[in-house]
This record gives sequence, structure tokens and C-alpha cells, in this order.
Amino acid sequence: MKILVPIKRVVDYNVKVRPLSDNTDVDLNNVKMAVNPFCEIALEEAVRIKEAGNADEIIAITVGKNESQEQLRTALALGADRAILVESDELLEPLAIAKVLAKISTEESPDIILMGKQAIDGDNNQTGQMLAELLGVSQATNASEVTIEGDVLKVTREIDGGLQTIQITKPAIITTDLRLNEPRYASLPNIMKAKKKELTVKPVTDLGIDVTKRVDVLSVELPPSREAGVMVETVDDLLEKLKNEAKVIS
Amino acid sequence: MSILVIAEHDNSNLKAGTLNTLAAAQQLSGDVDLFISGNNHDGVINEAKTIDGLNQIISVDSEIYNNFLAEDIANIVASLESEYDYFLAPSSTFGKNFMPRVAAKIDTQMISDIIEILSEDTYKRPIYAGSCIATVKSNDSKKVITVRTTAFDPVQKNNSDVPVKTIDALTELNLSSFVGEELAQSDRPELTSASIVISGGRGMQSGDNFHLLDSIADKLGAAVGASRAAVDAGFVPNDYQVGQTGKIVAPDLYIAVGISGAIQHLAGMKDSKVIVAINKDEDAPIFQVADYGLVADLFNALPEIDSKL
Ligand SMILES: Cc1cc2nc3c(=O)[nH]c(=O)nc-3n(C[C@H](O)[C@H](O)[C@H](O)COP(=O)(O)OP(=O)(O)OC[C@H]3O[C@@H](n4cnc5c(N)ncnc54)[C@H](O)[C@@H]3O)c2cc1C
Ligand SMILES: Nc1ncnc2c1ncn2[C@@H]1O[C@H](COP(=O)(O)O)[C@@H](O)[C@H]1O
Repeated sequence: MKILVPIKRVVDYNVKVRPLSDNTDVDLNNVKMAVNPFCEIALEEAVRIKEAGNADEIIAITVGKNESQEQLRTALALGADRAILVESDELLEPLAIAKVLAKISTEESPDIILMGKQAIDGDNNQTGQMLAELLGVSQATNASEVTIEGDVLKVTREIDGGLQTIQITKPAIITTDLRLNEPRYASLPNIMKAKKKELTVKPVTDLGIDVTKRVDVLSVELPPSREAGVMVETVDDLLEKLKNEAKVIS
Repeated sequence: MSILVIAEHDNSNLKAGTLNTLAAAQQLSGDVDLFISGNNHDGVINEAKTIDGLNQIISVDSEIYNNFLAEDIANIVASLESEYDYFLAPSSTFGKNFMPRVAAKIDTQMISDIIEILSEDTYKRPIYAGSCIATVKSNDSKKVITVRTTAFDPVQKNNSDVPVKTIDALTELNLSSFVGEELAQSDRPELTSASIVISGGRGMQSGDNFHLLDSIADKLGAAVGASRAAVDAGFVPNDYQVGQTGKIVAPDLYIAVGISGAIQHLAGMKDSKVIVAINKDEDAPIFQVADYGLVADLFNALPEIDSKL
């Protein structure tokens, strides 16, 4: 069984992102970049499935700029067997990314595509579901548990009211929630080995897919800031202020 | 122009977020229809008939839609492509699950999680866990949009006779099937629509200690939430989580107890009207967004609050 893991290069989740001074976009100059946390979880799950003897090959793939090779090397160090970069100088929108991933999926025919539920840059939460639709396959989003029983996959999903379990059949797309697993760290020997693993680079222009932008970003601003609050000394002060000043309790 | 809002419900009642999504839809110019797919959902239709400002209800009643599986809902929503220019759903786990499939089917770049409508094609939405707000303009002829429900006040229900059109179910795709669910049962208000929310973090130390919050919540009529750390530690179930990847809340009063204030948590609650933080660390970042901060050990503060309410 083959597993495809689409990953995205994003700003490290500890970085507080700010707009550029001309408000045309976010300021990504000299900020630390990393593998999107949800994609790390997807990769970890793929590695665990392989370690359990249920898969023989894991392919990490990203659609992005040349420097995304760095994140693919991380994926290789974490257990992917080979990697594909579909290189694009422009960052693409989810629908275009899904189309690129659909094209590669058709070539590679993975049994499972494991990916993040959302990328923490745009917080879109779209690509997995779009890819599932383009391929005409089933999906299980927000997975917190995956069990494989032959051709059938049982996935427990985190939904607003609690947990839902569904059954999907391969090929299928699973998107990961935070509690699916805790990703491992790459060991030094594995980082060294990753340098020798196969990483193929294909220009997006070779795929013949229309990736034209559909959405213009007109501006990026800071959210309205909150007025500075006050510190209260005692519980009595707090309750008094909530009753008489803020009038939110009676 | 015509606008279709996809209703979220549980076959008995409409979910509150549907009314907020309708409010966003009514800011666009055009007739607003409400689409209800479900199974034996007459109660939901009767409730929907009372909603103000609706042109009509489109209902499809079939076992296929009983569990709201993404593949089949997306299929029937997208089949209405020629009749509508806008498709809107709440940005809940329900809406997020199938709307991107609708967008892919009708070849539109979806816009997730809008918080403001500036014109027919231009919207504001948070990015990077709400650290920034982007103004985006969609150039697609059809729009597929999910709505951050806390950013729009709900529409009212003073109507009685919204017309209902029934349509036929499509052939079942049989791509995925429902096995079971564990839904939280609670007498408290729903987290996303409660007017007061009290949340606990890792500082609560155990699930048992959440009774300190429960008791206050009962007195205030509040919902109880949590940080991711508290959920991960198993103190409370996943549906308590507030934040970038959990629920977005914006109550009149949010009380954060033993929560440090990581950006991913703030993403889910910083639009609350009044924020209270109780933390024993005076340098905790949560105090930077709090209207009222109390530096205290929560194990002293909570019983005292409880006894004085
Ligand atoms: C991709 C991603 C998504 C995430 N999404 C979310 C999300 O949706 N929601 C979310 O909440 N987090 C999310 N997180 C996690 C987030 O980064 C933080 O790790 C988390 O919010 C921390 O939870 P906490 O404040 O409860 O714990 P901590 O940061 O450990 O803080 C505990 C606080 O309790 C205080 N405390 C301890 N004991 C006491 C006491 N006796 N009395 C008073 N105060 C006490 C401490 O001073 C401390 O400030 C996400 C992280 C990632 C990487
Ligand atoms: N440029 C990309 N290359 C590869 N995978 C991606 C890319 N963008 C998004 N994804 C995948 O889609 C998931 C959801 O992203 P999004 O829809 O942008 O929130 C991510 O966690 C990745 O698994």
C-alpha cells in the first residue's frame, strides 16, 4: 500500500505574524519557516501505518517555492521514502493546489492520502476536501483515530458536538486533527540518511493545469486592538467590576 | 442574484449558527433561500418557516442525508449550481466538511470564515490564527463562502409562512458510511452561542477539578470551555476546545482560568466583549487581552467566586 502525504511550508507556529508596513501582505521577511503542524501529524500517522506493516511506501509532496525542499527533507528525515516538489514561484490557492495534487495522485495512485486539516497560514481548511472531490473519492476530515481493516478504514472524527466515526473505502483522503498522534523528532542519523533519499522537482508549468489566481488580496491589517485592561486585587473587586462597571453579571 | 444558505441542524432543531449565516447572506443583494437536507426533519422545517427575510426553503428528506456525510451533501448542493450565485454555510465542522467539495465541483475558489462583507465580492477574513485580517476579493462568478458565525448577529424568527419547496434526493454515492457518534450531553448552553463562557486550562490540573468551573457556570448560566492543553491532557472532551483549531466564541463575558494565552487560544476568544483572566503568573500573556486580570491561585479564587455569587 502506498500513502501520499501533502505537506505545506508555513511560518513556524510560534511566530507572531504581522502585516507589511504598506499593508499589501503579511511580512514574511526573515521569519522561521516549518512544516505545517497538521502535516507533521499526517506524516507521523503514515509512518506508524508503515511501521505496523500496513504500507510499503510513503511519498511526501509539496506544491511551492524552491525553498520548500527544506521541508521535504524534514519529511524524508521523519520517515517519508521519497519526495516530490511541484515547483511554483507564486504561492497557489487551495483549489489550484488540489488540482496539482489530483494530477500527481492520478500518476502515483496512492491508496491513502493523509494530509493536514488546515494550514496555519491561511487557515483555509479546504485542500483535502477539494482533492477528494476532484478525485471522486471518500473523505474523513479532522481525524483523531484511524484503524485499518483491509480495504476499509475506520476513522473517528472530531466534530463540534463530540466524536463521529465513519467508514471509508480506499482510495480515500484523511485529514488530521491535533490529537491523532504526537509526531516524533527526526534523529541525526535519519537527517543524514534523508539527504540521500530521492527528491524529484517538477515545474508546475509542466502539468498543464490552469492555476490562475481567483482571489485578490486587497490588504492585510492588524485586527482591531483591545483597550488595555486593569488588574484587580481581590475576588471582591473582580465581582464588583463585573456587576457595576462591565454589567455582564448580576 | 440568488443566495443559498445551507442549514446546519440535527434533524430536530436548527443549529444557532444557521441564523448568523443567514444574517451574513442578507447583507448581499438578492433572494435568500435556505437549503435543508436531512432525514425526517419536519421539526427543523417548521422552525425554519418562522425565520425572517427568507424567500423560500428548499428541503430534501432522505436517509441518505441522515448523518450529513460530506460527499452526498456536496453532491446535492452542487446540483443547484445553475440556480444560485452564492452558497453560504456556517464555518463549523459541518460547513467546513462539505463546502470545499462544493467549491471544487463548481470550480470556484472558496472563501473560508468571513467576518465582514464589504461588497458583493469583497470580504474580510482572519488569517494566521487571527494575527492579521485580510481583505479579499473573489473574481469567480459563483461564490462559495463559509461564515464565522460569531461575527454576525442572528436573524430573527417572527415569521410563520415561509414557503417550502421539496426536491428529490440524488442517488447515494456510497463513498463513506456512518458508524456511530458520541455526542456530548449537557444542560448548559452551547459553547458557540452562550453569552458567558468560563474556560479552564492546564492550570486546572485534572478533569475532577473542572467541577470548580461547573459550579460557577451553573450559577452564571455559562458554558464551559477549555484550552487545547486541557483537552490533550484528557481533563475534558474535545468539543470543549476553544481556539484556532477548536471553537470560536465571542460571548459577552469570557473567563479564562489557568490558561496562559497562547495565540492559538486567543484566536478563539479574543473577540469576546469582556475578558477576565485568572492566572497565578502575572506575566502570562492572557493578561494582555484581559479587561480584568486577577493574579491568584485558581484553587483559592474559584471557591471564593463560587461562594460569593
Ligand atoms: C497548530 C496548533 C493549533 C493549536 N490550536 C489550539 C487551540 O485551538 N486552542 C488552544 O487552546 N490551544 C491550541 N494550541 C496550543 C497552544 O499553542 C497552547 O499550547 C495551549 O493553548 C496552552 O494551553 P494552556 O494555556 O492551558 O496551558 P499552559 O500554556 O501550560 O498554561 C497554563 C497556565 O496555567 C497557569 N496556572 C497553573 N497553575 C495555576 C494555578 N494553580 N492557579 C492559576 N493559574 C495557574 C500557569 O501560570 C499558566 O499560565 C495549538 C497549537 C498548535 C501548534
Ligand atoms: N502547497 C501545498 N502543497 C502540498 N500540500 C498542501 C499545500 N497547501 C495545503 N496542503 C495540504 O492541505 C492541507 C490543508 O491546507 P489548507 O486547505 O490550506 O488549510 C495542509 O495541511 C496540507 O496537507
